Amino acid sequence: MSEMSRRDVLRRLALALTAAGSLDRVSAQEVHHLAAQVQGSSASYRPKTFTEHEFRTLERLTDLIIPVENGAPGAVAAGCAAWIDTISSENEELQKIYRDGFSWLDRTMKTRAGVDFAGAAPPGQTALLDLIAYRRNQTPELAPAIQFFSWVRRMTVDAFYTSEIGIRDVDYRGNSPMASYPSPVESIAYAVRRSASLPSQRSDDRRDDESSPEQRAARQSFTKYDRAQGDGNRYFGNAHDE
Amino acid sequence: MQTIHDVVVIGSGAGGGTVTKVLADLGISVLLMEAGPMLTMSDLKEHVWPYLVPHRGAGEKGQGYTAPRSGFTFSATFGGSQLEGEPYTVAEGSDFSWFRSRILGGRTNHYGRVTLRFADYDFNPKSRDGLGFNWPITYKDLSPYYEKAERFIGITGTVEGIRSAPDGIFQPPAALKAHEILVQRACAKLGIRAVASRQAVITTPVNGRPPCHYCGQCGRGCMTASNYASSYVQIFPAMKTGRVQVIANAMARELITDEGGKVTAVGYVDKATGEDKRVSCRTVVLAASACESSRLLLNSKAPRHPQGLANSSGVVGRYLMDTVGSSLSARVPALSGMPHYNSDGYGSHLYVPWWNWNNKGLNFPRGYHIEVGGGYGMPGIGSFSGIVNRHEGYGLKMKQAVRDEYGTTIGFSGRGEMIPNEHSFCEIDPDVKDRWGIPVLRFHWRWSDHELNQVRHMQQTFRAILESLGGQIQTPTASQPATRVPISRGGAIIHEVGTVRMGDDRRTSVLNKYCQAHDVKNLFVADGAPFVSNPDKNPTHTIIALAWRTAEYLAEEMRKGNV
Repeated sequence: MSEMSRRDVLRRLALALTAAGSLDRVSAQEVHHLAAQVQGSSASYRPKTFTEHEFRTLERLTDLIIPVENGAPGAVAAGCAAWIDTISSENEELQKIYRDGFSWLDRTMKTRAGVDFAGAAPPGQTALLDLIAYRRNQTPELAPAIQFFSWVRRMTVDAFYTSEIGIRDVDYRGNSPMASYPSPVESIAYAVRRSASLPSQRSDDRRDDESSPEQRAARQSFTKYDRAQGDGNRYFGNAHDE
Repeated sequence: MQTIHDVVVIGSGAGGGTVTKVLADLGISVLLMEAGPMLTMSDLKEHVWPYLVPHRGAGEKGQGYTAPRSGFTFSATFGGSQLEGEPYTVAEGSDFSWFRSRILGGRTNHYGRVTLRFADYDFNPKSRDGLGFNWPITYKDLSPYYEKAERFIGITGTVEGIRSAPDGIFQPPAALKAHEILVQRACAKLGIRAVASRQAVITTPVNGRPPCHYCGQCGRGCMTASNYASSYVQIFPAMKTGRVQVIANAMARELITDEGGKVTAVGYVDKATGEDKRVSCRTVVLAASACESSRLLLNSKAPRHPQGLANSSGVVGRYLMDTVGSSLSARVPALSGMPHYNSDGYGSHLYVPWWNWNNKGLNFPRGYHIEVGGGYGMPGIGSFSGIVNRHEGYGLKMKQAVRDEYGTTIGFSGRGEMIPNEHSFCEIDPDVKDRWGIPVLRFHWRWSDHELNQVRHMQQTFRAILESLGGQIQTPTASQPATRVPISRGGAIIHEVGTVRMGDDRRTSVLNKYCQAHDVKNLFVADGAPFVSNPDKNPTHTIIALAWRTAEYLAEEMRKGNV
């Protein structure tokens, strides 16, 4: 859907909000519906920042980061590339990060397979990502590409989970007016039950130590502090009135 | 002939809004000046899904990504620490950020709504531990005004009888969220009491305001006025009395005095035209936010008062305080796979008041409270950055990690008392001016060992609670150099107070116990600037209570013909 209709959605939303001084439910639903139509419109999106080729590269990257899952829509349907292009259009730092990254990908893929990144076969693409998607592969040569990929990943994830598709995917249930706030009894029962059955991380009643060296160090420092205070109960104890 | 206004109030946040409301109710006319635009309810982004805002919360021009200090926000028009054309400077060796709002209602439109009374002992800290300064008023002086504020604004809570957290007139609190139940139980094991949060939110109708609808977006304002903001709870209703006139986009430049030393006018810049204008007044109430109020006094120089207005003590700008902040969060596996529910509510429903108010066995003198975070928040920009950065990779495995970890994080934020010191203050920078030629502030800042030791204790406590929940600590302070204590930078908690303090002695304070300037009888201050200390209570409730008391005193003095 065109940029005009996106503006129209926002305008109508603003109207819905100002009309009554509070959110009119019917108008809100209508706006909601319109907004849904704006979604998934990347097929007709005209890049503002990147060239057609750069945009295809970006869209392919977002597709690899959040692919279609058993038919459930991923980053492409959620318009992630379009959003990144839009945000970058007013931000020169981001433009440089992406342009440099795209050209690294194309250069490297040409050396490897004789084609640019977007034109390469999927196994070639994932082989390259397997290199730059992990900090453990860090070398002086790969460092800029690893940093670039962490930008694309971060912003693709941001774009996806702020889209209607992504919000549904994590099963967020809020942003709806409620007359009262019921106690989430079922969830509480689950959490309390599970909390009792899982090992605590505290040194005094821990059974299995699966914690990281960092956590163990931290715990030791806590125990040390506790001991320095002489009495853990007093340290955490509730004070009595003077 | 020029109109002479009875009262000009400069600034429309918690202090200015309260003074405006109280005076209007007492039949007194008020001219309210605000440096930003009028608030219109459509400015509020409550209920708006991220995808309905072009930048989705990444800020104008995506600045949230490339200028991290600007943060991710839906409410860019409400303010920030960098305002175009309105710089401030920070002295070498100091670290300070100054968040300013430029909108009717100021920071109350978006603040966290944590609303706590000071404890009785908070008014005489020096008598207890020899540090800082005592207030010229006691808890008994302010308690009736806390009560008025609670009845009018509405604050959630339960009666607990905890000395560090005095009870008030409370709205029934909402049920606790699932992760809050776990936190409450873990705290209990450590002998720490966690109680219903005290938020400026109504859960029953108050003065025609409908109760909260639990959408969780308090930080974006409230279209139904079910939480407190001075704009829609105090100023809009006060405007309906016909006694309140608002001048928006009015940036105060200086206070003008007569031969007798009284304020006769306020000079300001009309931001729409850039023109310098003036309003005449019988009395003026400064409520521009602590540091802006200081700046205005320091910039109001005349041969009679060369070091600024009301500043014969030289104390204006001194004893700047913020809240001590430190945070820690953990992923809690017990929450993984929990049946999802709508956990929005109104911010935290649980908080931990300071439990060791005798400060026995501690190597720091003052307390802190803990604010609790967690739940299935509305996904936004940055919500899952931590998860995907930890998991790395790409594809369905990474996506599954997001799904698994969503809502399983519990975080704590400590909010502690800072003791005022000689090294933390603001002054006029002799070289730098803002876009209207108004000299700007230069900040000096230093934490002392009192605060650093308090933060160490916060971290130990957070760790103890999180680990007893089986939590996997996510922000590993253990990996930071031992010398780095994870303390907030000055100003970052946006609780900057002090700099125009109250006191009985005019040689060491600027204001008397009614927040009236010792030197200038028709000048009052009604924001966070009069604070003598900054207890671990978040300042808004005390700003409102003090402003209410000041407004009533001012009205009475006007009636008697004293000002």
